[in-house]
Amino acid sequence: MNFLSIFVLIPLVMLLGLWLARGVNQVRGVMVAGSTALLALAIYLTVDFLAERAAGNTAEMLYTASFDWIAPLKIKYSVGVDGISVAMLLLSAIIVFTGTFASWRLQPLTKEYFLWFTLLSMGVFGFFISVDMFAMFMFYEIALIPMYLLIGVWGSGRKEYAAMKLTLMLMGGSAFLMCGIFGIFYGAGGASMNILDIAHHTGGCRPIAVGEQCIWFPLTFVGFGVLGALFPFHTWSPDGHASAPTAVSMLHAGVLMKLGGYGCFRIAMYLMPEAANQLGWIFLILTSISVVYGAFSACVQTDLKYINAYSSVSHCGLVLFAILMMNHVAATGAVLQMLSHGLMTALFFALIGMIYGRTHTRDIRELAGLMRIMPFLAVCYVIAGLANLGLPGLSGFVAEMTIFVGSFSNEGAFYTTLTIIACTSIVITAVYILRLVGKILYGTCTNEHHLALTDATWDERFAVVCLIISVAGLGLAPWWISDMIGTGTGPIIDVIQSAVALNPFH
Amino acid sequence: MEHTLLILLLPFLSFLFLGLMDSKLSHRVSGLIGTTVLGVVAALSYYTAWQYFTADRLADGTFATLVPYNATWLPLGALHFDMGIMLDPISVMMLIVISTVSLMVHIYSFGYMHGERGFQRYYAFLSLFTMSMLGLVVATNIFQMYLFWELVGVSSYLLIGFYYTMPAAIAASKKAFIVTRFADMFFLVGILIFGYYTSSFSFDFAHPVYADGVTPFASVDTAKAVAAGGFILPTALVLMFIGGAGKSAMFPLHIWLPDAMEGPTPVSALIHAATMVVAGVYQIARMFPMWIAYAPEQMSIVVWIGVFTAFYAAAVACAQSDIKRVLAFSTISQIAFMMVALGVCMPGHEALIDNHASLGYMASMFHLFTHAMFKACLFLGAGCIIHAVHSNEMSTMGGLRKYMPITHITFLISCLAIAGIPPFSGFFSKDEILTACMHYSPICGWIMTGVAAMTAFYMFRLYYGIFWGTENKALHAAHTPHEAPWTMTLPLIILSLITITCGWAVNFGSFVSASGADYQIHLDPSIATTSVVIAVAAILVATWMYARESQPVAVDLKEKFPRLHRWAYKRFYMDEVYQYITHRIIFAHISTPIAWFDRHVIDGFFDFLAWGTHKLSEKIRGLQSGNVQWYAFVFLLGTILLYIIMVL
Repeated sequence: MNFLSIFVLIPLVMLLGLWLARGVNQVRGVMVAGSTALLALAIYLTVDFLAERAAGNTAEMLYTASFDWIAPLKIKYSVGVDGISVAMLLLSAIIVFTGTFASWRLQPLTKEYFLWFTLLSMGVFGFFISVDMFAMFMFYEIALIPMYLLIGVWGSGRKEYAAMKLTLMLMGGSAFLMCGIFGIFYGAGGASMNILDIAHHTGGCRPIAVGEQCIWFPLTFVGFGVLGALFPFHTWSPDGHASAPTAVSMLHAGVLMKLGGYGCFRIAMYLMPEAANQLGWIFLILTSISVVYGAFSACVQTDLKYINAYSSVSHCGLVLFAILMMNHVAATGAVLQMLSHGLMTALFFALIGMIYGRTHTRDIRELAGLMRIMPFLAVCYVIAGLANLGLPGLSGFVAEMTIFVGSFSNEGAFYTTLTIIACTSIVITAVYILRLVGKILYGTCTNEHHLALTDATWDERFAVVCLIISVAGLGLAPWWISDMIGTGTGPIIDVIQSAVALNPFH
Repeated sequence: MEHTLLILLLPFLSFLFLGLMDSKLSHRVSGLIGTTVLGVVAALSYYTAWQYFTADRLADGTFATLVPYNATWLPLGALHFDMGIMLDPISVMMLIVISTVSLMVHIYSFGYMHGERGFQRYYAFLSLFTMSMLGLVVATNIFQMYLFWELVGVSSYLLIGFYYTMPAAIAASKKAFIVTRFADMFFLVGILIFGYYTSSFSFDFAHPVYADGVTPFASVDTAKAVAAGGFILPTALVLMFIGGAGKSAMFPLHIWLPDAMEGPTPVSALIHAATMVVAGVYQIARMFPMWIAYAPEQMSIVVWIGVFTAFYAAAVACAQSDIKRVLAFSTISQIAFMMVALGVCMPGHEALIDNHASLGYMASMFHLFTHAMFKACLFLGAGCIIHAVHSNEMSTMGGLRKYMPITHITFLISCLAIAGIPPFSGFFSKDEILTACMHYSPICGWIMTGVAAMTAFYMFRLYYGIFWGTENKALHAAHTPHEAPWTMTLPLIILSLITITCGWAVNFGSFVSASGADYQIHLDPSIATTSVVIAVAAILVATWMYARESQPVAVDLKEKFPRLHRWAYKRFYMDEVYQYITHRIIFAHISTPIAWFDRHVIDGFFDFLAWGTHKLSEKIRGLQSGNVQWYAFVFLLGTILLYIIMVL
């Protein structure tokens, strides 16, 4: 039994525990115990991983293990982690942990809610530890399905419409993805589903012909890109986030959207480097549009969650933008941006949920002067906003700067121009964040119902403080995590760069 | 020099402590903590300066550049983002300026912010600002400078918006941040270009000798940049200058600074007069060796933008009625003097322009120093006045000299200094600037002399409007103005003492100069005489117009040139232009259509797909009707069809 599998095992045990639990307190107990165990495990994994790397273990994936699962179809259950997955596992564990506290007082059907929530987390953890394409795909689907119920049952506003839209669009993406995965599998000789085998042409795999890659690459990239909010497949995001309950928004924007970027990088680009070089520019243009387009759209929204959803489109666009730059620094920046966006957007959604839970409105025209009424939440909201617009000392700055420096180091006017376009987003982000903060937090509250509202409760404070500490920790001491991620992105970028001759802009 | 780390660390810890404790501390305790920490920081800065400037000079007459700390903060492939502390003459000078003014403001705020809600938060933000500003000046590389540059921007945002229930303060803070952020985008692109082509972000241009003989950085290697084309480095430097122009409020990016006066007055003194707004000047001074070596022609951009800004701001200042706005425009104008002085300084380029010395650099830094002291004094004085009459408008003042003697005297001293009257400090620094400008080009020199005269005029218009002129007797009878408490007057006295002495008592050129070597300041008698005569004349005109009980001349002028007065009062409608660009163009013509497009076209397309699928399935649903005869009929039809196909 490989110890990475514990990441999947804990949620399984939690599911069992939740099923057996009687009463809200037992449910909470199971959730706290389970999510704490996951967080502890993720931290242990990070420390141990860093120690292994420090000890000179330079293998691409550590803690690998593989078992036959469906032998005739060459499907295995293979696990292993590199710097990227460790960072993502840590992120997921933090979000699940804080998400538990953010939905502490959720009513009704608390137990069922947490059941689905845990199932979703299991999918996420399974996805990040897998190195077998089929297992990855399966966990990916496990993570998607509960969203439908979580939004449809516990959501708000036009929840049925949003749940349906989100699920259908992501399922559409999955359909593309499945074609892509099978294409890759057969293109590489049909010998193995293991990513490392396919990438390094070992275990009976042969290089995929360039012509075939050019068919499967767009399918795979778009399949994952839908989840990564790639323009123009991002429209599930505003509606989905707006209707989802707090912790689901947190987990969804914080972690699930990262599955998209991670998959694009780990499967689409890593396994099909020739096509990535040949066709990457198309997606690069789309992602540049995402970055600016999302930011401009956010400027005129009036719903708090819509603002944040469009802001996520912009920031996740930057993730895909950076991986498509196909160099070491930009790729490291992309993963840093995933981490940073995951943490700060979770923080944002948590705070929006808490404000909404009190005021019962998310319309910024109806909110004002919250700083006087709920100072704790308001101050945290300002911090989240500042992280979002890239204040040094918080995580956003580190990620953005790494991406910009990385993208700028690509030769050629094409890349330089796109980088400068992406740079403009830092100004537009400031515009919508400050507009928001100025409207809802500052000023004087005129609504007498709001004047009687109370500030955050202990569980809310705890969730928010944990997230802020993570955001600040990443922002103040980025070197260790940047190094760790660099060891993960390095081999992948080397493979991608080996086909650089096919890049029309190089 | 290991103690220099404390200079950065202490204010940061103070920020964290005060920010986290917030209302758990009493006003008194939090103020004391903030002020004590700043006192220690100031003491450490003076000690550093003393140690630094009393050390032996190197063989070529310069001071050694010290780098007590430098470590990689974020690795970026071949490049790396370092954090550290670098001490050289200008950074040490800035340490003194910042810690002095900041300490004065901390003491002053005790009185000014007394009983104010959010007192603890105020001190926390002051500490954050001080830390960021100190970090900016001791940066070892351009990226670290950018990092702290952003932090000072945020501290400024937080402090301008301190009175967050006032709509004007919210709007002003937002405007300040966004305008400077816009400029910072250019700065960032400049840094990216610079870093990419020189393979380094460090300030190690001239390969100075470090104290221990080794250089701690990856040196700037310009070979690649020069090979890529002569325009690369000038482009990078000009882009960085745009960033600096945003922070230093150069035309047309100056519009945020007058509005920033919505913040508490001590904040205006610290951030928007003495320290943060000179960051742009400091940035040019920091990159000066690069400008000289690679972009001497582009220096003229700096010069002429500076000249225009100096004139524009002085013209606007003549017509404002809010005393803080007069001071704000005066700040813009004075910073432009510093910019011009840097721009006209071109050692080693005697062939390019008719220049003989590296005077401008030293003059600029000197003016930065003296200006910080007297402008802080003016702002803090203005704070005392506002504290006394509870308004910024000149109409509520007049005749205050009887009520506030200390404020009056210190304000007068600072006014004389800014007007350039000997022996006050401003005379010496401004005179050096004018001399440098004259050598650069007589046109530039005479324009700047004219602006100096305008400076004297509007400052004395302000002075007479506050302390002499028409007294608002009705208001003063209802609420008699009183002198401020000692916590507020003490900083005024200290700053005015510095203003009186620092011009002649210190030979600034021996500490800071373009080459780094000892530079003996000598006054050019003809230029000095001219500028003093013109300044005195301007003061006399102001006295004639504004010192008396009624001001017939001023009213007359206003009536004769109503349009000119209104344009100047409305700041030549620059704000309206920006309003138009942001609201009409960006919001109405970019953001709104994009949002509409997203909801209706892209989202509509996916909704259409879903709707289409739904409709289609409704249509074909009828086929699976459960009617056995129908099934049998279709089955038969299919069999026949298949048969025909197979036979044919």
